[in-house]
Amino acid sequence: MNEQSNIAVNAESEPVAFNAALAEPTNVLIVGVGGQGVIMVSKVLASLAQAHGYEVKQSEVHGMAKRGGTVFSHVRFGPRVWSPTIAKGEADVLIALEWAEGLRWLPHLKRDTGVFICDTKRIVPPFACLSRRPGAPMRYSTETAEQVAAYVSEAYAIDATKMAEELGNERAANVVLLGALSTVLEFALPEWEKTVTAFVPKKTIAVNSAAFELGRNWIADAKSESPSADAAPAAAPAHTPYQPRLEITDAWCKSCEICVKLCPERCLKLNADRVVELVAPEKCTGCRLCEWLCPDFAIRVHLDTEAPAMEAAQ
Amino acid sequence: MHTPWQAATALKTESKELRPLTGNEAIARAAWEAGVRVAAAYPGTPSTEVLENLATYPVEDLHAQWSTNEKVALDVAMGASFAGSRALCAMKHVGLNVAADAFMTATYIGVNGGLVLIVCDDPGIHSSQNEQDSRIYGQLANIPVLEPSDAQEAYDFTKLAFEISEQFDTPVIVRSTTRLSHTRSTVSVGERVEVPARVFLERPSKNVMIPAHARGRHLFVLERETKLKDFLATADITRIERGDTKFGVITAGTCYPYLREVLPNATVLKLGASWPLPDTLLREFCASVEQVFVVEELEPIIEKEVASLGIKVEGKRLFPRAGEFSPEVVRAGFVQAGLLPAPPSYNAWVPEPVVRPPVLCAGCPHTSSFMAVRASGARVAGDIGCYTLAVLDPLRGIDTCVAMGSSIGNAIGMAKAGETKPVVATIGDSTFLHAGLPALIDAVYNQANIAVVLLDNHITAMTGGQEHPGTGKTLRGEPAPQVDYEALIKACGVKWVKKVDSYDLAATHQALREAINYRGVAVLISNRPCVLDPIKIKGPPLEIITSQCTACQSCMNLGCPALTWSDEWFEGRHRVKIDPALCIGCTLCAQVCTIDCIKIASPAVTQ
Ligand code: SF4
Ligand code: SF4
Ligand code: SF4
Ligand code: SF4
Repeated sequence: MNEQSNIAVNAESEPVAFNAALAEPTNVLIVGVGGQGVIMVSKVLASLAQAHGYEVKQSEVHGMAKRGGTVFSHVRFGPRVWSPTIAKGEADVLIALEWAEGLRWLPHLKRDTGVFICDTKRIVPPFACLSRRPGAPMRYSTETAEQVAAYVSEAYAIDATKMAEELGNERAANVVLLGALSTVLEFALPEWEKTVTAFVPKKTIAVNSAAFELGRNWIADAKSESPSADAAPAAAPAHTPYQPRLEITDAWCKSCEICVKLCPERCLKLNADRVVELVAPEKCTGCRLCEWLCPDFAIRVHLDTEAPAMEAAQ
Repeated sequence: MHTPWQAATALKTESKELRPLTGNEAIARAAWEAGVRVAAAYPGTPSTEVLENLATYPVEDLHAQWSTNEKVALDVAMGASFAGSRALCAMKHVGLNVAADAFMTATYIGVNGGLVLIVCDDPGIHSSQNEQDSRIYGQLANIPVLEPSDAQEAYDFTKLAFEISEQFDTPVIVRSTTRLSHTRSTVSVGERVEVPARVFLERPSKNVMIPAHARGRHLFVLERETKLKDFLATADITRIERGDTKFGVITAGTCYPYLREVLPNATVLKLGASWPLPDTLLREFCASVEQVFVVEELEPIIEKEVASLGIKVEGKRLFPRAGEFSPEVVRAGFVQAGLLPAPPSYNAWVPEPVVRPPVLCAGCPHTSSFMAVRASGARVAGDIGCYTLAVLDPLRGIDTCVAMGSSIGNAIGMAKAGETKPVVATIGDSTFLHAGLPALIDAVYNQANIAVVLLDNHITAMTGGQEHPGTGKTLRGEPAPQVDYEALIKACGVKWVKKVDSYDLAATHQALREAINYRGVAVLISNRPCVLDPIKIKGPPLEIITSQCTACQSCMNLGCPALTWSDEWFEGRHRVKIDPALCIGCTLCAQVCTIDCIKIASPAVTQ
């Protein structure tokens, strides 16, 4: 079931079983992006730990989170828990519902014993696509699963979203991850199942049970399989670098301002004669939007092959 | 609303059962048990859930309402207290500024029925416009500020707050912070006790604050403070935990667990109330240890008080005055003081984090309004709400943002100061009712030449979708009369009012142009519901015919999170794709696409 590009590292080692008798609390950090179900994962875990008679503290940050921001929830349980938050370098398990978010919180994981379980799902924020210069890279994590694996003691990059999608409910990805989490914490399987069932909507119990199973089995399989490579983001194709040059026919410009208002780089203005002018040539990316939009064909965009002394505008 | 937590544990009916509750849920539970009869608030993170949870208790037990703003909420709660019932009002720190006028007189009047204010600060500024320390208001008003450190204490202290309020004739603040409000831990709960309402107190000298009465009440307030100090010195909520005698730490609230995490054996004076501070107890404690530290978030309130007693104390030199505390921060302070060894440093590999600020949702109706606002070339006074996010690229559409309801007032000032660009104020529906309306009346009265864009998304969206007088529903979800914005705005004297569909980009542009050209106050109502509340809107997603896309990036101007770059390129720039899971089908991107290559992916099938 996991012929996708999933990897698991340190496959030969046994799962870390956290010992209840230890006085130190167990720290689980759950992270993701608004709307992914981070809070649900942490509630299931907290409830499970509480039913076990542990003291539990669960601290979350929401607020603007549902508008695509980063969301995280700290869950700490043990015989005695003081702080509701986990200090850097002290998380036993980091469970991430989104790839770049998993990487963001890596420094919180225990260096020597920490377990990293991360969905390979990529949610690219609009901010990653801001630079519109030709050849501009997307500002999204480029680190590979291998790099992460070298950093932590145990790492699982699991395509939970795809697995959930195949079950017919993308929203069950967080339960796939709960299934994976169940292999590294000491609670018994029936308790996990009971708790998960109590937290998901009645109508989705079947699909969520299947999702939980998938996640759980995936880890088991991953341990007996050789790791496969992570799909690397596509690199930019080679293109001839160019300098955009705008040819503006003054007489044809009717001052409609459409290009001024819609230029993505805001580099056009109407001059004193109410004729369009390129005022910030260094910002122009040669996107041609002005050329496409102008009802009077007053602008033509030339993409001149890059030459050192090329004037960007006339 | 009932959380799954409650559903999971509701089977047990014994009193003193254990429940996992957030700080806010614990406060609501305690207020209900304490027999609160009236509760009011305006939603604001992190305080919102206090009222949302109170509204889950039976309507026969208490009246819970959203008010138009925090001052109104406090006035409502005071009214209930005047009438002899226990009352609560909740707000976030900046809300207390709005309520401050009534608040500063409430302290003189005191209470009849117990009056408790829940004030939630936001150290670390998770979702606020500033980081103020509301304990200073407690000091200013000479009223007790109880500071719980976990959900159990939030519950216990809230109950106690009602007792203190009635016993000492004072409003009481229970101060929470984001960390406490949104942290869940086990709480042992009880049952509601009906508190018989007292009768209205016919005492004008207490209830009517004319100068002659107020002079007398001010003396009362000062006397009350002395009595409170004595009470708090011996109250159960204040305790000394003896450990190591080399040094002692004074702390309160959410700093206490951080301190215990890093110094489990230290001698600690844990204050249950951070105002007023009992001098005798402070003196005794400080004398019993060689060195004194104060660990408190934000302002040095306790530290200054201890220092003013002539005691040598360490605090803000070691622990920052800005930002939220954590075990790391507390540890770092004690490391600096030489009392803890430096934590082992390790070579942390830190991948460069992806920038992921909150953004407007896919299909947010505010997007088009800000496309139009930005294209208008106006000077834009913004306000508090989801739409404040339009300040970021690529919308980059607002120039100022101060406080709830400030935009219209700011716009009047800019226009009167001779701003050469046209002046536009943007404001959401809930914010407009909160504090924008008086400013609109001011604009009309003073004949300001401004255009106001009322971003009506039919809900209080930023805090997660709360009802308000414009939605036609109460806090409990019952039908309510609905504000008619057009009639209301006309009644304020605005001559130019127009409603436009936010998803019609051309019409929005056109209408805004008219509004700006109008001389005087023009109000444009951008009308479309929020895509998340009260129901999640999900229309057929759109699709880009990638092979045709010229990578002009016009659609990327919208900043819609459903739009990202594909792996294909055109003339060295990224072609664009739409994530069908996120797209809600608003069609805005199709409206701005220069070559018309964005289409509905699967035409809606009607069954
Ligand atoms: S090509 Fe035209 S629209 Fe595009 S960035 Fe340059 S000036 Fe602006
Ligand atoms: S919650 Fe509603 S108003 Fe806020 S950004 Fe999302 S769609 Fe827009
Ligand atoms: S239609 Fe376009 S702008 Fe609207 S939500 Fe979909 S991708 Fe975003
Ligand atoms: S507006 Fe149309 S052509 Fe331009 S980038 Fe977007 S999809 Fe491509």
